[in-house]
Amino acid sequence: MDLLGFIIILVKVLVVFAATMLTVLVMIYLERRVSAFMQGRLGPNRVGPQGLLQPIADGIKFMMKEDIVPAGADKPIFILAPAILLIPALMTFAVIPFGSDITLFGRQIPLQVADVNVGILYVLALTSIGVYGIVLAGWSSNSKYSLLGGLRSSAQLISYELAMGLAVVSIILLSGSLKLNDIVADQQGYLFSWNVFKQPLAFIIFLVAVYAETNRLPFDLSEAEQELVGGYHTEYSSIKFAMFFMAEYANMITAAALTVTLFFGGWDFPLVDESSLGILGTVLSVCSFILKMGFFLFLFIWVRWTFPRFRYDQLMKLGWKVMLPLALFNIFITAGYLTVRALV
Amino acid sequence: MYRDFGTVLVAVILGIVMVAIPLLIQKLIAPSKKSKDKLQTYECGEEAEGSAWLQFNIRFYVIALIFLIFDVEIVFLFPWAVVFKELGLLALIEMGIFLIILIAGLAYVWVKADLDWVKRNVRYGTGRYQDVRMEKTT
Repeated sequence: MDLLGFIIILVKVLVVFAATMLTVLVMIYLERRVSAFMQGRLGPNRVGPQGLLQPIADGIKFMMKEDIVPAGADKPIFILAPAILLIPALMTFAVIPFGSDITLFGRQIPLQVADVNVGILYVLALTSIGVYGIVLAGWSSNSKYSLLGGLRSSAQLISYELAMGLAVVSIILLSGSLKLNDIVADQQGYLFSWNVFKQPLAFIIFLVAVYAETNRLPFDLSEAEQELVGGYHTEYSSIKFAMFFMAEYANMITAAALTVTLFFGGWDFPLVDESSLGILGTVLSVCSFILKMGFFLFLFIWVRWTFPRFRYDQLMKLGWKVMLPLALFNIFITAGYLTVRALV
Repeated sequence: MYRDFGTVLVAVILGIVMVAIPLLIQKLIAPSKKSKDKLQTYECGEEAEGSAWLQFNIRFYVIALIFLIFDVEIVFLFPWAVVFKELGLLALIEMGIFLIILIAGLAYVWVKADLDWVKRNVRYGTGRYQDVRMEKTT
């Protein structure tokens, strides 16, 4: 591999990491401001113009705090757990294409860090690693609240992972490829070629599962404040505590990006052929991707203040008795339709 | 392909660095004044009563087992879905049989109330186990 190629890869990885971290900061700010707006409060507005520097002030504060590892905790695992959660959360975005190809220095550069040929499996695998982080954090703290929160959360994550995986299978049936690039290319063209119109049921299942996978309300049972104090991160303090939140927001960003990629045409701007417009087309595609992703990020906050939390038995009932059979049904319908269309 | 997975490796290394740097900075600038009370685990302000590493509800284990079976099913579904358009009807029938067997499994755990968090009173089997009943846990 030549040097320029390597530099391009390095720059792309750095840009995507930096963009993810920046979006995390913006999301933390927006979450508090929008929540405040929805509740008729002001929210943080003192640090910088309109409180924009608040997340940075938070970050500095987290860094300056004393780090406490409880005496009874399993120290190596206790320290490792937030890292296990955060590293995959940051890495997942690497396979998501966020714009059409751009031509720079006389070579075509795809706007995607790694065009892995099993892209969607890569995403599912990395989100599954996150479960380990939560279980280990809950277990190693040697605190009852942490243990309960960790167990609840892991059971919830694995229950909804099934429905999510099955919803993705029906998308793969349509595109015939695990590559996220191919899935996006499959949805190019006019507006109704987006998967959300072809697979509305899969979209609803996927969206609900995403909320459960990211531990967001109405599925935030792992850290249900009123009963479990802080859930699996009760005993964490200082920068490690911040890491759990960074991982949660990074997961939300990836989840929103994945929803857009799988169901809303990725970077596709309807009725426009981006590749024929050159650099303008690339800018348009990136803007369209960011807009769509922004909507789904806003939806996370919106849903948070709209729906009350589920009870644990309701959560299990929804996951196993509604979502799983529906997702299987959807696969049968999709496969049956494709077969009939091929035969006729 | 190697190029792409090499890129992923670069992302892993950068990810580890980005997690390590804040930890290091925190180590350097944060105060560290430990005391016995501070290092206790939280339990509503009382002294912690015993260890938290004790037995927990068996249902988490059951859920994990069921999950494992269905997750393997999904692993089989992914390659099937990729080549489905080329194989057509035959693939549909074969996967249909496979799925129906697994759905029968889902129906079984459903009927036996293993999917209910608050367990119903279920008769376990007939014949040899006829008199074995689950205790009411509500």
